[in-house]
Formats: sequence, C-alpha cells, structure tokens
Amino acid sequence: MAEYKWPDADKRTYIGKRISRIDGPQKVSGRAKYSFDINRPGMLFGKIVRSPYAHATVKKIDTSAAEAMPGVKAIHIMAEPGTPTAEVKWAGASVVALAAVDEPTAEDAARAIKVEYEVMPHLVVDNDTKAGDQWTRVANESKQGDPDKGFSEAEVTVEGTYGVSIITHCCLEPHGSVMEWEDEKNVLAHLSTQAVSGSAAQIARPLEIAATNVRVKQDHIGGGFGSKFGPDEWDITAARLSKKSGGKPVKMFNERDSELMVAGARPSHYAKVKIGVKKDGTLTAWESQTWGSGGVGGGGAPPVPYIFNIPNQRKQHTNIINNIGSQRAWRAPNHPQGCALTMTALEDAAAAIGMDPYDFFLKNIELAGQRAPIYTDELKIAADLIGWKNNWHPRGADKTAGPVKRGLGLSIHTWGGLGHPSDCDLTIQPDGSVELKMGTQDLGTGTRTALNIIVADTLGLPLNAVKITIGDSRYPASGGSGGSTTIGGISSSSRRAALDALDQVFAKAAPALDAKPEDLEAVGGSIRVKANPSKSMTWAQACSKLGATPLTVRGKNPGPGKLMDQGVGGAQMADVSVDIETGIVRVNKIVAVQDCGLIIDLKTAESQVYGALIMGVCYALYEEKIMDQKTGRMLNPNMEFYKLAGIGDIGELVVHMMTGKGYDERGVIGLGEPPVVSPGAVISNAVANAIGVRVPTLPLTPDRVLAALEQKGGK
Amino acid sequence: MRAFEYASPTTKEQAVALLGSSWADAEVLAGGTDLLSLMKDDIVHPKRLVNIKAIPELRSIKAAKTGLSIGATATIQELIDNTQVRRDYPAIVQAAEGITSPQLRSMGTVGGDLCQRPRCWYYRAGFGLLAREGSSEGGESLVVSGDNRYHAILGNGGPAYFVNPSSLAPALIAYGATVRIQGSKGSRDVPVEKFFVTPQSNDQREYELKPGEFVTGILLPAAGGAKSATYEVRQKEALDWPLAAASVALKISGGKVTSARVVLGHVAPIPWRATEAEAALTGKSIDEAVAKAASEAAVSGAKSLGRNAYKIQLARVAAKRAILAAATGGAK
Repeated sequence: MAEYKWPDADKRTYIGKRISRIDGPQKVSGRAKYSFDINRPGMLFGKIVRSPYAHATVKKIDTSAAEAMPGVKAIHIMAEPGTPTAEVKWAGASVVALAAVDEPTAEDAARAIKVEYEVMPHLVVDNDTKAGDQWTRVANESKQGDPDKGFSEAEVTVEGTYGVSIITHCCLEPHGSVMEWEDEKNVLAHLSTQAVSGSAAQIARPLEIAATNVRVKQDHIGGGFGSKFGPDEWDITAARLSKKSGGKPVKMFNERDSELMVAGARPSHYAKVKIGVKKDGTLTAWESQTWGSGGVGGGGAPPVPYIFNIPNQRKQHTNIINNIGSQRAWRAPNHPQGCALTMTALEDAAAAIGMDPYDFFLKNIELAGQRAPIYTDELKIAADLIGWKNNWHPRGADKTAGPVKRGLGLSIHTWGGLGHPSDCDLTIQPDGSVELKMGTQDLGTGTRTALNIIVADTLGLPLNAVKITIGDSRYPASGGSGGSTTIGGISSSSRRAALDALDQVFAKAAPALDAKPEDLEAVGGSIRVKANPSKSMTWAQACSKLGATPLTVRGKNPGPGKLMDQGVGGAQMADVSVDIETGIVRVNKIVAVQDCGLIIDLKTAESQVYGALIMGVCYALYEEKIMDQKTGRMLNPNMEFYKLAGIGDIGELVVHMMTGKGYDERGVIGLGEPPVVSPGAVISNAVANAIGVRVPTLPLTPDRVLAALEQKGGK
Repeated sequence: MRAFEYASPTTKEQAVALLGSSWADAEVLAGGTDLLSLMKDDIVHPKRLVNIKAIPELRSIKAAKTGLSIGATATIQELIDNTQVRRDYPAIVQAAEGITSPQLRSMGTVGGDLCQRPRCWYYRAGFGLLAREGSSEGGESLVVSGDNRYHAILGNGGPAYFVNPSSLAPALIAYGATVRIQGSKGSRDVPVEKFFVTPQSNDQREYELKPGEFVTGILLPAAGGAKSATYEVRQKEALDWPLAAASVALKISGGKVTSARVVLGHVAPIPWRATEAEAALTGKSIDEAVAKAASEAAVSGAKSLGRNAYKIQLARVAAKRAILAAATGGAK
C-alpha cells in the first residue's frame, strides 16, 4: 500500500524544477487549437441582435425579413415580448439570435431584424450613492471592538477617499462555443470554458437532455480569469440554433465589443476611510464607508481592512445596482479592490505620521494573524530585491531635477487554495507506455505540464514517456478552474493514481527480481531493488509482466494522505517614475515574493506570477470600463480605448518563490490568484511616494494624476 | 461587414473613374487599417472599395526638384526607413515612430494616416460624425454632455468636437508640405494645413476631398536647414493614441528664430497651427523660458469641455518639449 505523500527533496527528478511547458511549441507555432479555432463541416455562424439600450422592454420583434433571406437557417428569440425575458437590463443584452451559412449573411440577417423597445430609466455610472432606492442597497453597519474608543486612543486620525474602477475580463479568446447535435440525442460542445467536466450538465439542463448525452471538449483556452465557469446563454442558444437547423454545428463567439460589454466585469469599489494611529505606528481604529457596483446584482462589500485586522472597526457598505453587463468572478474576487483600498489608506497613515511604510507594516504585522512571520520574511526579501532601504525616500521627497519623480510602494496579500475534487485514470500498457486522462482543463497555467511532471516523477520515467490527455468531459471528472484550486486537486489525484499504479507494477515485477514489492523503487526508467540497485529491470520489461491487458488505475481527490494545503501570502514592491508635467506613470520594476507550498513546476509557477503582475499593471494604470450615462453604452468596447499594457509598459518584473523547508512540506497550494491582488496597491503607493500626493482612484491615468497634483498644489 | 464590390485599378485615372460621385459609392482602400474597422463596425458601408495599392507610382518616396515626394501608399515603415526622411525631416520620423505597432506601420500608409477617420467614441458607436443625440443634425452634442476626456480643447466651439487622429499631419504642416489630390479633372495641390476642415454636418468629411477625389501623395519642400522635432504625450509605450502632440520646425539665424511653425495634434478637429506660439518664438533665442512662454501661448485659446482640461496641460507640455527638442536639434 503506497504512502500518499510527495517525494523528499532529494528524490524529486522534475518536481520543483524549471520545466518548460509541454504545449509551448504548439502554442507559439499556432498549432494549438482553441475552441475559437474549431471549424466543423457544414458549420453555421451564429449572430446575436443586441439591445442598444441599457434598460428597456422588448415590445415587438419582426424577423420576417431575416427569415426570407437565403442562407439563414435558424432564428431564436432570446428576449420574448410579453415574458419576463423581454426586459433587457444592459446595453448589449441578447434579444434575438440566428444562424446562417456564413458570417456576412448572419450579419445582414441580424440587421434585417426589427426590434421595438420601450426604453426605461437606466443607471450605468457606478459611484452614485444618491441615485435613489431603485439603484442602491444600503447594508447595515458592522462593528468590531470599540471604534470610538479606538479613535480616542489614536494620536493621529487620517482620512482619505479611494477607489478601484470597474474593469472587464477582456479574454483574448472571447466567450463562445461551437455547438452541434450529433444525432437526435447527443450534443457535442466545443466550449471555451474553465470547467470542462462541470459544463456538460449545465448544457444539458436547459436543453432538457441527459447530461450523459453532452460531450464538452476544449484543448486550449485563451483566458477566462473567472468569467468562463459554464455555458452562457449564447452557448445554449447556439445549441438551440443547431437543433433548429437540423443539427448543423453553430459557431457562436462574442465579437470584441460584446465581449467587453457583456462577458464579465470586476465590480468597482470606492471607500471613505478613517484610520486611527499612534505616532509610533500602532493602529488603533478603522472606519470605512464603501460603495460600488458590478451590474444588476451589485458588487458586494470589499474585504476591508484587508489582512490587517485592526482591533476596532466600523464599516458600512452601499451596493449600487446598475445597468451594465453583470459582474463575474475576476481573479481573486474582491481581493484586489480590498487590498488597494486598505494598503493605500495604510500607506497614507504611515505618511501622515512620517513613518517609512515598510517599518509601519512590520510594526503592525501581528495584526495579520498566524501568517505574520511569513509576511515578515517576504517583506524582508522584497525589500532586499528592490533596495528599499537605499531607494525609499519620504513621500514626495525625490529631489531629482526635472519633471520625472521616482517612488517606491509596497503591499501584502493573501489567498486560500486547497484543491477541487478531481478524478483521473492512469493507464499503463503492457509495452510500458503511460497515459493519464482527466476531464480537467489547462487554463493557460500549465496543467498538462504539471500532470506530466507528477506522473513522470512518480513512475521514474522521462517526461516524454507519459501522455497527458485532458479537455474532454468523457474523461474522469475534475473540478472547474477557479479559486486557485486546480493544481491542488489535479496534483493530488494524479499523484495518488501514479503511486497506486506503481504498486501494481511493483507487484508484477517483484517475483522476477526476487524481491518484495515494497522493496522496489522506480528510478530513471527502471524498476530496481532499493537496497541493491544492480538488481533491476527496465520499465518496459516490468510492464510486460502485465500480460495482455493494460492496467488502469483511478486516482481521486479528496483521498488519503495530505498532499495539498491552503492559505498563502505574498509581498510585493514597486518602483515607478511619474512625469509630473504629464501625469504619466511608468513602472520601472515590480518585485513579487510569493509562497504557495510545494511547487510542481517552478517555471510555470513563476509564469503565473509574471502574468499576474502584467495584469496588475493593466488595472493599476490603464483598464477601465467607461460607461456613458446618457446613452447607457460602454464607450470603450475595443482594444484602442480599453487599454492594456504592452511589453514596453510593464517594467522589470522580479519573482521570488518561497520554497524549501517550511513551504514544501505543506503540500501543493494554488497560485493563480494571489499575485494579482497587490499590484494596484503597490503601484498606487509608489506613485504617491513619487509625487507626494495620493491619486485616489485606479487606474492611475494622466488626468487623475494631474488632478491630484493640482489639488496638492492648491493646498 | 456588409457586402461590397472590389476594384483594383492600376492607374490614377481608372481609380477616379471607379470612385463615383458620392461618398456612399466608394471608399479608397490603401492599408485598410482603419477602413476595415469602420466597415466591420458598420460606421461606413461603401458599395465599392477601390484599392489604390496596385497603382505603382503611388508607392515611391523620391527626391523632387525641391524637397521630397512621398507617394500616398508608401507605408509608415517605409517612411521611417527612408534615408532622406531620416536626415532632413526628424519631426516626421518621430511622429511615425509614435505609431508603436509594427503591424500598423507595415500596413498603414501615409495617405491613410491623413485620411483616417476620427476616433471619437460616439462616432465609432454609430452616433454620427458630429455625435448628436439621436444621431440627428439637430440633437444635442453627446460629446458636450457626455464623456469628453479624449476630445478637443482647441477649435471646440462646435459642431465638431473630435480630435484629428493623424500622426503625420502636424509634422507635415510644420514643414509646409502640400498634399496632391487626383480628381476627374486632373490633379491639384493643397497645403496640408488647408487639407483639413471642420465638418458642419454628419455627411461632410474632415478633409478637403470631394467625392471622386483621392490623395496621391505629399510634396515636402526642402528642409532648408530647419530644426524640427515632434513630441507626443502617450500614456502607453505600446500602441496608444497620443493625448496631445506637437510638431515644431524652426529656422534659426544668428541664434535667433527667423521663422517658426508650431502645430499641435490630437487637440482639435483639425491639426492645430499654434500661431500665437509661433509669434512668441520669432525673433527670440530659444531657452527654457522662451519655450515655456510659447507653449503657454499655444494653448491660450484652449478651453475644457468638462472632462478634458488635463489635455490643455498636456498640449502645453508637448509644445514646450517639441520646441526645446527642435532647438537643440535632438530627438525627444
């Protein structure tokens, strides 16, 4: 019976090393097929007629002209007049869908559909707490400790207003699918999804078929970030159109503008914060009024104060309900906002008492709870990597001549982890070839590579001796990729499968080696006796003992042994330059120090952090879903004015992973989300340090930076 | 995208004949980097596209009797790489290098840079060139009542509030270039400065072309020892529209400016000749204080539409930095 644990450091061949992702060559050469790339014989193109109004009731739909057009194969009403679906609640909401033989015909047909709307009042701005009862939900005040006493104990009270604007997920592969009825009962779905296994049932339910009759496939995904956990209404609609057109495949993907309008938003959060602090840096009290929106469902309260559990708190949140495409989970939901609101307010408090924020954070680090020692270590390492003690100056005290001022900022963050349920089948053929099948998905994080490393390492085989097959709901089910739970789940189930399979190979090989199964080990492509390595046989020889039938072992998570954990943290620091004449911020360097337990692949782990930092630069400096109150429209549903950083905008990124003793023995913990939490805070803090004044709201655009400077000059 | 007819003439005369007599008949296709986006967004929907890239003579950049002749379909990258342009017209090279997308520089053309349509987000959302409420001529301006953070700060008395998007035009105007236009009656030359106009209705264009006409090239006068530079304020290093830009050409004799051209980009419906700044420079030796005073003069007539006051500051900075860069003969 195998012992379910990770190998000791000296027994790891691939685990924890820098391994290039196995599908890298496919991706860079364009051979990797994303769901968007799928083209099927006889495929039709789907198109959706969308509401131009932010809030309206669909009164009448006339599809007759479209129906009469040659090449139009199916039409489906999504907002049916006279039913509850007739109320459209944001610009871009689906009204009618159709499928036609090619894209231009589909577009022509969409234009030929006449829709009558009764326009209703809308709210699309996200920060109007006085918009009225229809639009606002005021939550009860919550209290911890004795805030009045806390403020009375404070020697300095610091107040500020902060904000994080609404952004979109902006997946480079938009949401969508190719849906087809293979016969009267069965649906094949090429879906762009973060949840291959879980989507089958979600597709089946509205189509009123058995989930076993739906097959979901996806080889590669071009970004999800929390916005692709299941089929969307347009995917179900594509399946309906396919059925109406006799089962022909229907390709339905969002155009760029609709992707930005309707496929997901990260809620905004704004805050008025008051902090009580003693002159020695001791935090005594926190008070915040927060507000924000994420569409018709609101956005929920941000987690403030973030990490630092200040003893006395008073908090109140107002949810604003507005007519924009609904919020969806965005990489570490609500943490980037809570982090930015808190860490910037704390940095302002440090500045107010003339204290180095690094010292201020360390002074209060016990408020971070049990992870305080790790944050302390991470802050120290980050400080070394960015040269904090040499390069930091008091706020606004860069005496460099000229308009460009430099500053440093810092932040810490946290996240959960653990692992989702995961099943896999590991098959060993009598010829020694090995395949792992799992209904998981590679979100771009390197899931295939991680599985390959684990199986190869466990079986003592080279990486290329193991075949990894994922991305199909017919394989054993594995959870959706969210909450940074994938690596915990899939590493645990695949390790268990490989250990169990190895036990069986050992049992078959043992007699020939004149040894007991438990005395064997798999190393370097051979099975050998631990105490006498010269007694060995090749892996293939051992597998030939299986006889004619391949061996398949089911690996599961949860399962025996502790292979994963939860609870990680990180510290980040940024070095920026700000042109105080133009308000333009340039990132010189960001340092990220991150722990995540046992690392399977150091290279893809670091890549996760690099990607998070780049995404962080985007939302710190550029990204904003700009809504126009009069027209109710999103004004920048394109890649020209919905701005993302390019390679020249991200500065030098330095990643330091906490590994080794104290970390490895915790087991595997997910990493996708935590490093994206702090960049907004560190960049904002660095800008404040550079220019001597807080720019309250992200993104830190030139107009906002210049406005803050003007206000400072006016004081 | 709607269906359209495609024509690829090999002579200018054939092209003119194919363009027809109204804007709805045809659009000129060169690099297509803007036109195809406009067609996909259903902002323009021509019956016919007339590809002018197959007209060989439009592609060349060559020495003219005095100065340089640049064909309309020369690409932005060819302009950047041209030895004579690099030597004599740094303000053009700097402006072209501000288009920080290799794809756009390789596909986009000089003529297309001048004739691309405004990026006003109301126009691009289908509310018409003048962005009137209800897309009608009489409606209230959506720009004035709405989000005008990227709109005009000069020449913004209406009815147009967009900014001219051309990267090259300010530099071309600074050098006194003319644009050559082909029509049914032959060709005519118009100073680039006069080429751009502020439309008064949704149906007018932002440039001095009549239906049936198209741009065949640019004539640059000899640089004549002018000191010149372009400075763009862009938020990103990666492809990004300038928030403000300035191109400056100075003739200096005995240490004093004898003539100056200061042209602002991305601040007005047309490339904006800042004559007040030119006057403030003439007769002076350029130093920080003179440049600052001239840059103040450049935006003396600027006014905010509500959300774009910061662009006044950015235009001021662009002007000052371009003046100083031109005077010192260096790049930005």
